[in-house]
Amino acid sequence: MLPGLKLGKSSKPARSKEPDESRRKFLKASGMTLGGLVVGGVFGGVLTDSLEKNQAPAPASSKPETSLQDALMFFNQEQFKMTEAAAERIYPVDENGPGAKALGVAFFIDHQLAGPWGYNARDYMMGPFVQAQTTQGEQSRLKRNEMFTLGLEGLKSYCQQKHQKAFTELEGQQQDEVLTAMEKGDKFPMRGVTSSSFFNMLKNLTIEGVYADPLYGGNRNMNGWKMRNFPGNQMSYAQQITKEGLVQIQPKSLQAHMSE
Amino acid sequence: MAKLPKVPVVIVGMGWVGGILAAELTKAGVQVVGLERGKSRSTEDYFMDHDELRYARRFELMQDLSKETITFRNTESMRALPMRSYGSFLLGDGLGGAGSHWNGQTHRFLPYDFEIYSQTVDRYGKGKIPAGMQLQDWGITYDEIEPYYDKFEQMAGISGESEANPMLGKRSHPFPTPPMKKTPILQRFEKASKKLGYHPYMIPSANLSENYKNPDGVSRAACQYCGFCERFGCEYGAKADPVVTVIPTAMATGKLEVRTFSNVTEILHDGKKATGVVYINTVTGEEVTQPADVVILGSFVLNNVRLLLSSKLGTPYDRKTGRGTIGRNYAYQVNSGHAVGFYDDEEFSTFMGAGALGMEFDDFNGDNFDHSDLKFLHGAGIRISQNGLRPIENNPAPQGTPTWGKEWKKTTLKYANRVLTVAIQGASLPWKHHYLDLDPTYKDIYGKPLLRITFDFEDQDRELTKFLADKAGEVMKEMGPSHVEVKDKLDPYNIVPYQSTHNTGGVIMGADPETSAVNSYLQMWEAENVFVVGASAFPHNSGYNPTDTVGALAYRAAEGIQKYLKQGGVLV
Repeated sequence: MLPGLKLGKSSKPARSKEPDESRRKFLKASGMTLGGLVVGGVFGGVLTDSLEKNQAPAPASSKPETSLQDALMFFNQEQFKMTEAAAERIYPVDENGPGAKALGVAFFIDHQLAGPWGYNARDYMMGPFVQAQTTQGEQSRLKRNEMFTLGLEGLKSYCQQKHQKAFTELEGQQQDEVLTAMEKGDKFPMRGVTSSSFFNMLKNLTIEGVYADPLYGGNRNMNGWKMRNFPGNQMSYAQQITKEGLVQIQPKSLQAHMSE
Repeated sequence: MAKLPKVPVVIVGMGWVGGILAAELTKAGVQVVGLERGKSRSTEDYFMDHDELRYARRFELMQDLSKETITFRNTESMRALPMRSYGSFLLGDGLGGAGSHWNGQTHRFLPYDFEIYSQTVDRYGKGKIPAGMQLQDWGITYDEIEPYYDKFEQMAGISGESEANPMLGKRSHPFPTPPMKKTPILQRFEKASKKLGYHPYMIPSANLSENYKNPDGVSRAACQYCGFCERFGCEYGAKADPVVTVIPTAMATGKLEVRTFSNVTEILHDGKKATGVVYINTVTGEEVTQPADVVILGSFVLNNVRLLLSSKLGTPYDRKTGRGTIGRNYAYQVNSGHAVGFYDDEEFSTFMGAGALGMEFDDFNGDNFDHSDLKFLHGAGIRISQNGLRPIENNPAPQGTPTWGKEWKKTTLKYANRVLTVAIQGASLPWKHHYLDLDPTYKDIYGKPLLRITFDFEDQDRELTKFLADKAGEVMKEMGPSHVEVKDKLDPYNIVPYQSTHNTGGVIMGADPETSAVNSYLQMWEAENVFVVGASAFPHNSGYNPTDTVGALAYRAAEGIQKYLKQGGVLV
């Protein structure tokens, strides 16, 4: 027999109270009451809320949000500050709303580098390591968090040499020039990683930190999503998908499931 | 090494192929053992499913590449290197396999596909096939495979338009459920493509348009269009997945034993027939021998080929002499061509969607159009998909926009909900020099050689992309955007950007044992009790998603295996 295989049986709903009227209507409309099969614990009361709270979303706030979770797993203080400053240039605060700094992106990056992804836990890391053609992908013996550390080291020396200052002390315009040179690989020496690979890693992490679910430490208060009207974790659009134009929906994060 | 008692049938891999075969054989009373290297899964595991980072960017449902990957090179003059992290395609893992993380687009191939060599020669003459292209018939016709397509579609509850479409093969039965919702975005595509004289239709979908009870008595709920399908599991069971369809059917017979965390490393054989398989129980580390009367390989394309090669079963394809079959005709898909429309004055709810929600036309697919004056064969489906655009991976901006910083942020936010894309999904035809073999250097964690892929795009693919992407561009323009960008240039094949998990070939089917590895029942010519089932059997890849054809072949194999268990011998 297969351990853990729970098929063909409905499981207990996460909330036992009597479903309210809107939930009952929805379940009827979408046919969810059927047979009980596969509509398992995930449903609980989750569907109801996504239907009830469809008021126009509140605008994104630029006010920084802090919490007891705001501490570091990987970076030292200098690395954190450099990453935060660089991410802010990639995704700056503007009239649309907060930038990477207020969104907590540097915390996101710190946590990613400290976790399985930063340690390449699910990547093929056996040798030999050979210079690759561009069509063959990264062939580095280094882990991502080692590459990131060496990338920051390279950024630091570049700024020292060129401006005799730390990256964080440069004006925004100068920071952009440094990042542009780094992206282009224009006389930008680094150990173990090319400056353009490091830039790409930093850029991708920044975008992830802006738009990933807030559970990972970035996208504070779902402000990344709010700036683009992305509603996050919604259980159903079955009633809205045939509507013309952009339907505005109050966003929800995965945390909403925990309170069901 | 532990040796277990012999069983009638052992299946390697419990995805669509393993699940379908387990269901059909156990319903017929046959005792089956299913070996799955990954873990078990249920819909409850998708409680936190709407997580783009975890599923789409960190590949939660995919195989752990630290244990095993493939190596790749574009040409034989290059040194193949390992795919160290995911890119071009994604390898499924666990109960349900790729059937858990797919989108659910369920097309049949065209009648032309199954007789591609004969029909090309008949219509254009032998000279139309370029030197080095290894085009071949499948050893089965559309009319012969049609009943098996029907079986898969009834089991999975496929939602689609049943009206006859002149571009497609005939259907013996209507789709079991009506098409999905035709959203404003799809209507716009439909109107534009009809105006240009084409024949658009709703993409057949394994995301159910309504509640459905299949012929095995399994009920599933309707799709909620939540926008988290491909790379994600479906917490509703609305997306057909082996875990909510065929596997419970098989389990209900009491005749299927699934062993998870069981990684098959070798097929045991005496040169003529298989005697069983060896697998590693990855919980205990123990190596186990499982003898069986019939061995079914139902794992992903690449692993089917690797297991045969590393077990020295069947004759490996020799690219120099053209002899041997295992590893022959590796093909992929030609997907890069597309047209993007930017709308300055309109917004769309593109974050809503479903994996198989879309419309398509096939006026330039297969041989539905005259190739006499064209420098390529076959073609592509031209389609619009509304799969749900998620924010990390969808930040469109017109060409010339900076790729980061203030201007990038402003522009990508502006267009976040203002972009539609018409894309092509092109056929990939086989070449003598595109093949699979064992890598001479790199090994998996058990010390066995990795599979090596030698593949690149050819002029055929570049010509196809140019022609089809320009057609897609015409449709996109007709859809009224402020600005259109057409990508009609195909770069060399690169394993880094994601393109498609529609890898095919390597253990191909056919009527001739000299040029094919399995017959039309997926039975190995060189080992009559071994059935190798999956997209590994495709002699080429069509301009469609492959799962319907994989499912059809699995039902066909199930019939063959039942026949084989009664009478033995070669089935054709």
